[in-house]
Amino acid sequence: MFKELFDTYDWDEVKASIYAKTEGEVVEALNKTHRNPEDFKALISPAALPFLEEMSQLSHALTLKRFGNTMQMYVPLYLSNECQNICNYCGFSFDNHIKRKTLTDDEILKEVAAIKAWGYEHVLLVTGEANQTVGVPYLKHAVQLIREHFANISIEVQPLEENEYQELAEEGLNAVLVYQETYHKDNYKAHHPKGKKSNFYYRLETPDRLGKAGVHKIGLGVLLGLEDWRVDSFFTALHLDYLEKTYWQTKYAVSFPRLRPAEGVLLPKMELRDKELAQLICAYRLFNGEIELSISTRENEKFRNNIIKLGITSISAGSKTNPGGYAVEPESLEQFAISDERTPAEIATMLKQNGYEPVWKDWDLALMTTRHDH
Amino acid sequence: MESKGLKIGDKIFNSRLFTGTGKFSSSGLMEQALLASGSELVTVALKRVDAQNEDDDILKHLGHPQFNLLPNTSGVRTAKEAVFAAQMAREALETNWLKLEIHPDPKYLLPDPIETLKAAEELVKLGFIVLPYVHADPVLCKRLEEVGVAAVMPLGSPIGSNKGLRAKDFLEIIIAQSKVPVVVDAGIGAPSHAAEAMEMGADALLVNTAIAVAGDPVRMAIAFKMAVDAGRMAFEARLAKPSGLAVASSPLTAFLED
Repeated sequence: MFKELFDTYDWDEVKASIYAKTEGEVVEALNKTHRNPEDFKALISPAALPFLEEMSQLSHALTLKRFGNTMQMYVPLYLSNECQNICNYCGFSFDNHIKRKTLTDDEILKEVAAIKAWGYEHVLLVTGEANQTVGVPYLKHAVQLIREHFANISIEVQPLEENEYQELAEEGLNAVLVYQETYHKDNYKAHHPKGKKSNFYYRLETPDRLGKAGVHKIGLGVLLGLEDWRVDSFFTALHLDYLEKTYWQTKYAVSFPRLRPAEGVLLPKMELRDKELAQLICAYRLFNGEIELSISTRENEKFRNNIIKLGITSISAGSKTNPGGYAVEPESLEQFAISDERTPAEIATMLKQNGYEPVWKDWDLALMTTRHDH
Repeated sequence: MESKGLKIGDKIFNSRLFTGTGKFSSSGLMEQALLASGSELVTVALKRVDAQNEDDDILKHLGHPQFNLLPNTSGVRTAKEAVFAAQMAREALETNWLKLEIHPDPKYLLPDPIETLKAAEELVKLGFIVLPYVHADPVLCKRLEEVGVAAVMPLGSPIGSNKGLRAKDFLEIIIAQSKVPVVVDAGIGAPSHAAEAMEMGADALLVNTAIAVAGDPVRMAIAFKMAVDAGRMAFEARLAKPSGLAVASSPLTAFLED
């Protein structure tokens, strides 16, 4: 389990070693063909910032080689904003007095129709953590309800048990996104004072459970800005490296949620500037030529138009972060503010203008026999 | 002398350049490049197409009589999944041709020899024309031949790497002993690599990344076509081998002539 490796590291020592990286170490990392976690540290360090153009060129070339001139399209479908957790940065936090909503079957299908009308064949289901209302039975039912409409179904929900992941995979679930939020063990408790989510190690070991359950793809990430983003990103890269070696049949993806203002939440402890986010994305690509890197509508139009050439392989468009946001109840409260309001068609046009083919379908339930055994 | 066509299964191909459909910046450009390449066998990932949809962007652009579709099973991890996916592909795309790809490792996309052999055996029995993507493993290629595959597709180097024929020594053995056509599948990064493989006696090549991500995919497709043709012609014309041997002034075998 990753815990054993993780516990051999000390946050402050890692931090000191990142900030002590020199120009020489950055150049050494740039000149390698295979880069290790120490190289990743150099590439995310302040010493690498003057090399951003070189990093971008390398990142672009590596991404082109692996992914070609294509960009995966994705969209979230929020099923519920009910949540028993207190997270001091989230709009859906238990202590925020907002109207709670969980979609019914009819409502889910209305949302599905709206998403399908845009051309999406993949969908990402999102919920808060409320085991009475949106536990495994609800999720399983939702997957069964929508699977005939999509070639690929992902979820971003509370961490589950290995057998629960297996159960969902058998119904056609392909990918699970689970963000650690922060690898700072002590401050994690401060950010998550109440609810099941307050158990740091249970969350940390979630990707291990996913790997054992045989889920096809695991998405990792931290909430950038909650703590020092460099240290958090190093631990993410370390986690990724461990997972790839341990669960070698699994595909991996990394997302870059930057802490954004939402209703009733705190401001970033350490702001991640645009330049640094670009540096971070390039560093991941240089560290791992095959990883999927995705960018959401948290980022604004100008940044997204340009960041796609620096290593990104999937992009969301038209996202709503409120349950019912597409068709049922478009005006309800969002989890976080969207910064790029363009429609999927507009994003597709922008991609084509930049020489990318938007990919709406890149999976097929026919490739997963497990669910046909029943 | 006119080069003879290549027979695989029940079909004869005049072009020995097979192509892939991934990584192009648009389906329109893919279509132009594949037409320019002269390719007659085009592989399509089952996961990328929606065969139920008449307007599927990729399939729409492949609707030319010279293009024979070769569905592939990219994405499956086991023989069992491959057999199921193959049956779906046959139904959806109305062809019993299949590029069998089983790479449980999504990072390097390297083929699983054990699952591939198992699936090939079963698929042949189910009436498929099976072209398996495999390591440049001569023994595995013979085993696949024995279970009835229509051709073998060993990789030249890691897929998408553009590194050329890193597995050359093993490819030579495969070519020397194979009774079914040998199609070098992955890693061909430049027309010079293509010519080299054809000069060695490969029956055909499959090229995707090197064409799709070139600055000008259409011209690159033509360059590959020319390289494949030139390499094949050189092979048929029996290449003069560079000789490392000096002819001694006092031959060791002179006594035999006395």
